[in-house]
Amino acid sequence: MPNSSKPSPFTDKLVQFLTRLGHNFTSRIWRLGFASRFFLAILLLSGTALRRFHLTIREIYFTGVLSLIIILVSGLFVGMVLGLQGYDTLQRYGSSEALGVLVSLSLVRELGPVVSALLFASRAGSAITAEIGLMKATEQLSAMEMMAVNPIARVVAPRFWAGVVSMPMLAALFSAMGIFGGYLVGVQLIGVDEGSFWSQMQASVDFREDIVNGIIKSCVFGIIISWIAVFEGYDAEPTAEGVSGATTRTVVTSSLAVLAADFVLTAFMFRGA
Amino acid sequence: MASATTPSDDCLVRINKVSFAYDRRPVLTDINMEIPRGKIVAIMGSSGCGKTTTLRLIGGQLKPTSGEVRVNGQVVHTLDSGGLYEMRRHMGMLFQFGALFTDLSVFDNVAFQMREHTDLPEDLINDLVMMKLHAVGLRGAHHLMPSELSGGMARRVALARAIALDPMLIMYDEPFAGLDPISLSIIGELIRSLNDALGASSIIVTHDVQESLKIVDYVYFVSAGKIVAQGTAEEIKASGTPYVHQFVWGEADGPVPFHYPAPVYGEQIMEQAGHA
Repeated sequence: MPNSSKPSPFTDKLVQFLTRLGHNFTSRIWRLGFASRFFLAILLLSGTALRRFHLTIREIYFTGVLSLIIILVSGLFVGMVLGLQGYDTLQRYGSSEALGVLVSLSLVRELGPVVSALLFASRAGSAITAEIGLMKATEQLSAMEMMAVNPIARVVAPRFWAGVVSMPMLAALFSAMGIFGGYLVGVQLIGVDEGSFWSQMQASVDFREDIVNGIIKSCVFGIIISWIAVFEGYDAEPTAEGVSGATTRTVVTSSLAVLAADFVLTAFMFRGA
Repeated sequence: MASATTPSDDCLVRINKVSFAYDRRPVLTDINMEIPRGKIVAIMGSSGCGKTTTLRLIGGQLKPTSGEVRVNGQVVHTLDSGGLYEMRRHMGMLFQFGALFTDLSVFDNVAFQMREHTDLPEDLINDLVMMKLHAVGLRGAHHLMPSELSGGMARRVALARAIALDPMLIMYDEPFAGLDPISLSIIGELIRSLNDALGASSIIVTHDVQESLKIVDYVYFVSAGKIVAQGTAEEIKASGTPYVHQFVWGEADGPVPFHYPAPVYGEQIMEQAGHA
């Protein structure tokens, strides 16, 4: 064979690179398709989780109630920092009485749903992934299938719905604690007028525009985080390394997805406000 | 020629010319097996030879590349999910390390299938669970969590769970792996006595020759995805087939090599020295 027909090392590496790139791309598309079918399966098999609601209540305890400490404490500190920073800025313009409005709108519209979603992904999302992944690694899901019980209906769907139900409640509590933190710092510590703090907040925060939109955001974030968490656990490699990787992916992917979804939702909700 | 099986057939499970491959890597090639009703059949062979794959094919967790698996007359891979789940209600499976649900107590693990598949009142479930746990000698451990059990106890709880709904077929995946001699003997005796008491058929996938030959009625030896020998326990012990002889008597020399395939050691050293 003449040497000229032999591909050069550069061509060889380029072909390898393109092959890897193509393989990575197609496998990601395939995984996205699998995740979508998985989401559909959860919805179709949610009968057990809703009919035997005690299964979902139990998961609400693990995902929601056990996340309360981190949500409440974080909400309090975020509100206190908002109180300090907000007062510092507002008093330059002589409008420190508007501190209540600033704190409440920041929390109800943005910080409440987003920060509580990020905390929820780290605290509860990772736990859900690790639990389902370990159940897979220790053949508990296979055992359930061999007992003629569908693990998506019995294990995945209750955890998914628990996350969806818990998220808005946690976001509401986060915002409430944040407003209380802002009140502590602004009114009790700095001395902003209490009547102005509450009355301006009451006058400026709109139920439909601000509170309902915030609740819609947290519901969407709840669906995103719960979906990613249960999918990563179910799809995890059944090894210690596989479960650890899946847990990390849950936190990273759901955090990025929450921030991206927040931008899209905000663009639709508050564009005319 | 594989004949169609009917529920009145003597064989509960028939595996006819089954081949299976993961991606393109063949695991089983053209195997035939029969599991007679009321008998205990062992599938033996070294790790990775396709034993557990055979169990998964029977349970419908995998579909054969070619051939068919019939359980009680039904071709498993043609069943829809409803039919498959209906068939599995009559099967029990003991996983290698028990696969107990770690968030449920011993009692709740055994009661799991009863609660999922029946409308029995809770006091009747309580009686049935206690009977199953008594059969494996762990009635007193009903309140413990799986993390509080030893390996042998976890295996026995898993056995009680596997027989919770009085299955017609019980499958055991490496039931003797990692057990101390006492637990080993107890599990062996339990498999025999439960099979006879329930009138069930059992399939044991194992590489523990000595313990399983004490209790089984028939043995299939699998190597590299093919059946290389079969017979009763006595026939296997007396077998002159080199692979079976090496396996049964645990000899280092024989057709199963100790070394993973590699270039000749001397040549490899010289080659590495040349590169240095």
